[in-house]
Amino acid sequence: MIETIRSSTRLIAARPLVAIGAAFLTLIVTFAIFAPWIAPFGPDAIDPVNRLLPPGGGHLMGTDHFGRDTFSRVVYGSRLALLIGVGVVVFALGTGVPIGVLSALYPKLGRVLMRMVDVLMSFPSLLLALGLIVILGQGVFNAILAIGLIYLTTTARIVYGVALRLRAEPYVEAARSMGAGTWWVVTRHILPNMISPLMVQASFVFAFAQLGAAALDFLGLGAPPDVPSWGNMLAESRIYITRASWLLLWPGLMIVLTAFSLNLVGDWLRDRMDPRFREMVGK
Amino acid sequence: MTGAHTTDPILSVSDLVVAVAGRIKIVRGVSFDIAPGEILGLVGESGCGKSMTSLAAMGLLPPAIGVTKGRILLGGTDITRLAPHERVDRGCGRIAMIFQEPMTSLNPVLRIGDQIEEAIRVHDPDVVPAVRARELLDMVRIPDAAHQLSAFPHELSGGMRQRVMIAIALACRPSVLIADEPTTALDVTVQRQVLGLIRELCDTLDMGVLFITHDLGVVAQLADRVAVMYAGGLVETGDVVPLFAAPLHPYTAGLMGCLPDPDSDDPLLATIPGSAPRPDEVGDGCPFAPRCPRVADICRRGAVPVRHTDTGQAVRCHFPLNGEAST
Amino acid sequence: MTDDTVLDIRNLSKAYHVRRGGKNHEVRAVDDISLAVRAGETLGIVGESGCGKSSLARAVMGLTRADGGKVIHDGVDLLTLDRRSLARARLRIRMVFQDPYASLDPRRSVGDSVAEAGDIHGIFESSAERKRLVGEALDRVGLGAGFADRFPHELSGGQRQRVGIARAILPEPELVIADEPVSALDVSIQAQVLNLLAELKNRLGLTLLFISHDLSVVAKISDRVAVLYMGRVVEIAPARPLFRDPRHPYTELLIQAIPRPDPSTRITGAIEPDEPPSRFARLAGCPFRDRCPRRTEICATDAPELREIEPGRFVSCHHA
Repeated sequence: MIETIRSSTRLIAARPLVAIGAAFLTLIVTFAIFAPWIAPFGPDAIDPVNRLLPPGGGHLMGTDHFGRDTFSRVVYGSRLALLIGVGVVVFALGTGVPIGVLSALYPKLGRVLMRMVDVLMSFPSLLLALGLIVILGQGVFNAILAIGLIYLTTTARIVYGVALRLRAEPYVEAARSMGAGTWWVVTRHILPNMISPLMVQASFVFAFAQLGAAALDFLGLGAPPDVPSWGNMLAESRIYITRASWLLLWPGLMIVLTAFSLNLVGDWLRDRMDPRFREMVGK
Repeated sequence: MTGAHTTDPILSVSDLVVAVAGRIKIVRGVSFDIAPGEILGLVGESGCGKSMTSLAAMGLLPPAIGVTKGRILLGGTDITRLAPHERVDRGCGRIAMIFQEPMTSLNPVLRIGDQIEEAIRVHDPDVVPAVRARELLDMVRIPDAAHQLSAFPHELSGGMRQRVMIAIALACRPSVLIADEPTTALDVTVQRQVLGLIRELCDTLDMGVLFITHDLGVVAQLADRVAVMYAGGLVETGDVVPLFAAPLHPYTAGLMGCLPDPDSDDPLLATIPGSAPRPDEVGDGCPFAPRCPRVADICRRGAVPVRHTDTGQAVRCHFPLNGEAST
Repeated sequence: MTDDTVLDIRNLSKAYHVRRGGKNHEVRAVDDISLAVRAGETLGIVGESGCGKSSLARAVMGLTRADGGKVIHDGVDLLTLDRRSLARARLRIRMVFQDPYASLDPRRSVGDSVAEAGDIHGIFESSAERKRLVGEALDRVGLGAGFADRFPHELSGGQRQRVGIARAILPEPELVIADEPVSALDVSIQAQVLNLLAELKNRLGLTLLFISHDLSVVAKISDRVAVLYMGRVVEIAPARPLFRDPRHPYTELLIQAIPRPDPSTRITGAIEPDEPPSRFARLAGCPFRDRCPRRTEICATDAPELREIEPGRFVSCHHA
């Protein structure tokens, strides 16, 4: 515990931006978990009398065209943001890692798989996601699949490169010299040594998933309109941009800040994992 | 070559201290001189600070590592705190360096000739680059020089690449050449040839050479004088013949004892127990004390005196092997 | 081949195909090599870079697929075994690698690395037994059971190499192939590890195949030495006679080139550059002919065979 506090204070001193980003993410997670207690109103609590109120009084962030409290909707929206983020990361890594590892271990199969990945990557990502939604239909789950497919490709590429390198490491050769089979080598040596780059990749995917989900929601192709999500809030409030700009400000800010914080933390993770950095610290 | 300096040294290092972040000392008060036409072999194991010493002399220390004390004189001029670009044209002579891995020191996408000419243009603007490049390749005895000028580094063998490195180093007409383990990565037969080349160049060009290595055999073959380094400091210096005939410092003797001698009957090798301390682990007293067979209490605290013999050797020890104990 | 042959390598060949300068080249890394390793001996394999010594080790271990030849151990040709049988055979033939910093998985504890062979083959009956055996192995290499919970980055190069050796002796093998085990270590640490290998070999009754480019080290630790050049064996002899009285001109060259710590043999000047031919070159006759002081016409046309010129001494030269 003391060690955590100590290393946290060191972090705040050394990289204040990263500390702020990490704090913001903690806030989002808190919102998601404790939404019913933090939000003063229900996300669907309609109050037509108090439509389009600016921030102030009992409404921290104002109200929307149905009189719903924006702040409460923002808090509940964090749940979907986290759900999408986790869902996309799980899907992208869950498919990208096996594809990358298999491609590295079996070159002939790898050629085929990597070409397929190349084909997917050649589509502009948003169009790819849209295309999939058209086929699969609207919805949170399908949105996760669609966005996940985009990041499957980058993950597969990264994993392929790392796995190729790890496969040639002397300790892998040592394991093989003792009779280790492919499964042993993959589960005991290759995957554990990939954790660092995967963590970094996960944080970036999480960030871009927010933007992707927001875009889909905005187009009405993601979460259904009754689910409170930041993207939906942007979509619904488009027409009020002149009259009640705060309705776009808050959800937009949340999307941006969440993605930004994730990127900051991801950058920091990547710097920490860099072996040269660790060497200097070790000296 | 005798050790006595009849001329002024071309490179003079006095009490050099190099530290990381100003605190942890990796070179602790090293002093030596090199005369023109003389090869000084700086020998020590990994981590002893020999490479850092040479980088300090070149002004190439990595960030966060710097010279905190001491002086480096090149041809009489103080270059201690000068960055490389500040040293050009100070009229103090030139200092050049060659490294262990020629493959990473050469640009893989440029032809050999272009890389040599680049060095010539910077340091020797009055000559015709192509002609001089050809001359340099001949000087380092690269066969078929005209053809090799248009070759790429990967087309050459390790020994040839190292000769190219030497040619580039010679482009600035240096008065001092620093060679940091230049033959460690080479096969032993090729090493023999490159060492011979360095000897020849040192003699004909009257350069001073600082030759850094961990290999005592190489030192015996090439150097005129020897400096033995341990944990950041020099423990013994002297002319090569007396030093090998009768080493004074227990570490030097221990190191010589470790060398595998296929002729001896003993199946086991003599060893030095333990391992060298890291820079942050060096405490008070003699850094070799934990491993020394001759250690006594006095060795563990306080500075260790330097004693000189009349054969021109110097040793930093309370109980050197020639029997002269500290009073 | 005698009855106490642990490993009988016959006509082993391995070639690599490299594309250089728009053409396909074949590099015969191991070119028809035959060697018999006797039980309980230390057989040194020495040669400069490109001679094929590491390729030989990998082909024998099955880490790369040989192009031809046999490797007979316990009456069975290892190169023909299926994966499972080969895996079992690898409990008896183990390897120690060159780079102490890269041959241990940085994410696994020392104990896990040492026990890995046992874990792969499931030989431990209980975790208590595993712990005991790991501790024993670590004791044997001079580290001590307490090291089991440490991680590679906490250890020095010499310590890591000892871990590599502990890994190779658990469970106790019959033959250990050490591929440049001390080349990356400082001289004083090198001596410690060499002594350890010699001592372990005697205590555990191992047979050791010691591969190195350093002839002084090889001659010191080995009983017999095989000298490799361009993928072929050029000389085999007991260590001391080889060092004192080499018969093959390449062995002579190698010995002359060793920098001796004796200033009276100092280098006084340059000698003509003398490089081995490119590995892409396909030469008829003896591979050493272009550099050989003894060469005659026959050397350019006929490749010499490895002949026993004295009991126990084999040379591959027309003029030995």
